[in-house]
Amino acid sequence: MNDIIRTENLTFRYTTEEGAAPTVLDGLDLSIEAGSFVAVLGHNGSGKSTLAKHFNAILLPSGGKVYVDGMDTVDESRLLDIRRQIGMVFQNPDNQIVASVVEEDVAFAPENLGVPSEEIRTLVDDALKTVGMDQFARHAPHLLSGGQKQRVAIAGVLAMRPRCIVLDEPTAMLDPVGRAEVLSTVKKLNRERGVTVVLITHHMDEAAQADRLIVMHDGKIVRDGSPKEVFRDVEGLRALGLEVPQPVALMYELRRSGVDAPLDTLDADECAAALSKLLS
Amino acid sequence: MALKDITLGQFFPGSSPIHRLDPRAKIVGLVAYIVALFLADWFVTYAVLLAVLAIVVKVSTVKVKALLKGLKPVIFLLVFTAVLNIFYTPGTPIFSLWIFTVTYEGVLHAFFMVVRIMMLISCTFLLTYTTSPLALTDGLESLLSPLKKLHAPVHELSMIMSIALRFIPTLIEETDKIMSAQRARGADFDTGNLLQRAKALIPLLVPLFISAFRRADELATAMECRCYHGGEGRTRMNRLRFRPGDVMFIVGAVLLAAVIGVMGHFGL
Repeated sequence: MNDIIRTENLTFRYTTEEGAAPTVLDGLDLSIEAGSFVAVLGHNGSGKSTLAKHFNAILLPSGGKVYVDGMDTVDESRLLDIRRQIGMVFQNPDNQIVASVVEEDVAFAPENLGVPSEEIRTLVDDALKTVGMDQFARHAPHLLSGGQKQRVAIAGVLAMRPRCIVLDEPTAMLDPVGRAEVLSTVKKLNRERGVTVVLITHHMDEAAQADRLIVMHDGKIVRDGSPKEVFRDVEGLRALGLEVPQPVALMYELRRSGVDAPLDTLDADECAAALSKLLS
Repeated sequence: MALKDITLGQFFPGSSPIHRLDPRAKIVGLVAYIVALFLADWFVTYAVLLAVLAIVVKVSTVKVKALLKGLKPVIFLLVFTAVLNIFYTPGTPIFSLWIFTVTYEGVLHAFFMVVRIMMLISCTFLLTYTTSPLALTDGLESLLSPLKKLHAPVHELSMIMSIALRFIPTLIEETDKIMSAQRARGADFDTGNLLQRAKALIPLLVPLFISAFRRADELATAMECRCYHGGEGRTRMNRLRFRPGDVMFIVGAVLLAAVIGVMGHFGL
């Protein structure tokens, strides 16, 4: 079995006191392969954050099943095993940093898992080095920039040595510099450490960098494929209220005015290359 | 209003021998010293305790001015205690005015009381000035851990304390932001009488509380995601360790309390 996360007919409803329960997730079947970099794209309210919270048993399915590395998330005896496999990073770095010293915060998860003191030290040093924050080990988190705080949060999750990291809009509150820092850290983790990455985002250019792109709408998966395949369908995405990355949008406009431009240019370099080919 | 000036649990980082002591040694030392303060009751014992305090302050490199600043908020209490003691201690009268009689014993008593309170506050501030809040909570948790057997939520309390300390700067920053936002909408926080000013705080406090609750909710989820499940089976990266110096400090402090107790018994 090579799937780190697998959902079978996953359905989720919030239970309200009146009994009227809107369905947030509607029968999702999804497998996420170990070592892959998956982006999940969708509107606010499309159910993408709710889906993420099912991956480490913060929320439990109202119907269907979620398996993490073969473990059913409903199985309470495996709860800690599930949570240490799937690291979770949220939007607001301020609200996930627990301690008032960076290294103490990174040590929080291994401390909870009862790792011996000497080993925690190595885990913490290693995690901080991986995200490039080792020189800030003794700093106070509130004096760091947004991008740095979010990298500390990623280190805090990495210290559990998870096989998969789920990031729920990690760059939504960051400036462009912070966004670039976080994204390059995440990509590095995926490529060099083989950590599975699930990146939930509504930035098209971030989604374009993944191996696989899942688009969610009203609690359902409406597109699933490589970013090139998904973004090719400009009209379909626009009908869902989603934009495509600017290089694709440019090519799309060119096609509409009769130029035979390719639609698989995801970044500026590819776009420039394709344009110069068209012009020559 | 300068929110950045709040000096709650202020800590002056340093590398003096006092800074480097184990927080538990410092807490035990402080308790022993306070006991000694209450056992002392004449010039000799007070002089000894004052000398000890002076030596510790000197070694700790904490500025005397910083310690005296800590006494400012209690000036009223000091004056009040002094006045009560001067007028209400029975004994040999020095002079009387209408129904008030000043006694020789009263003056002495007031003097000792004021000195005692001042030293009490100074030595407590010395602890918080030389110990990081984190070390302090760790020390307290470790010292109180026997109470866990009585089902006292020791770990939870120390967790609450350290999270509170962690969020002080974040919430101060947020307060500043909300104040600016409300000022931009014409809110006035600085003029008017006490009642008007208190009313002006409502549009500040409501958003602050709502956001604090939201933060608490998100933090709880993030902590669960990082496998937090209470204090059971939890280890620490930086374990507290007693070194010979810490043991000597505690022995010294307890001896001091004992000696002062004996001296006090003989009326010194």
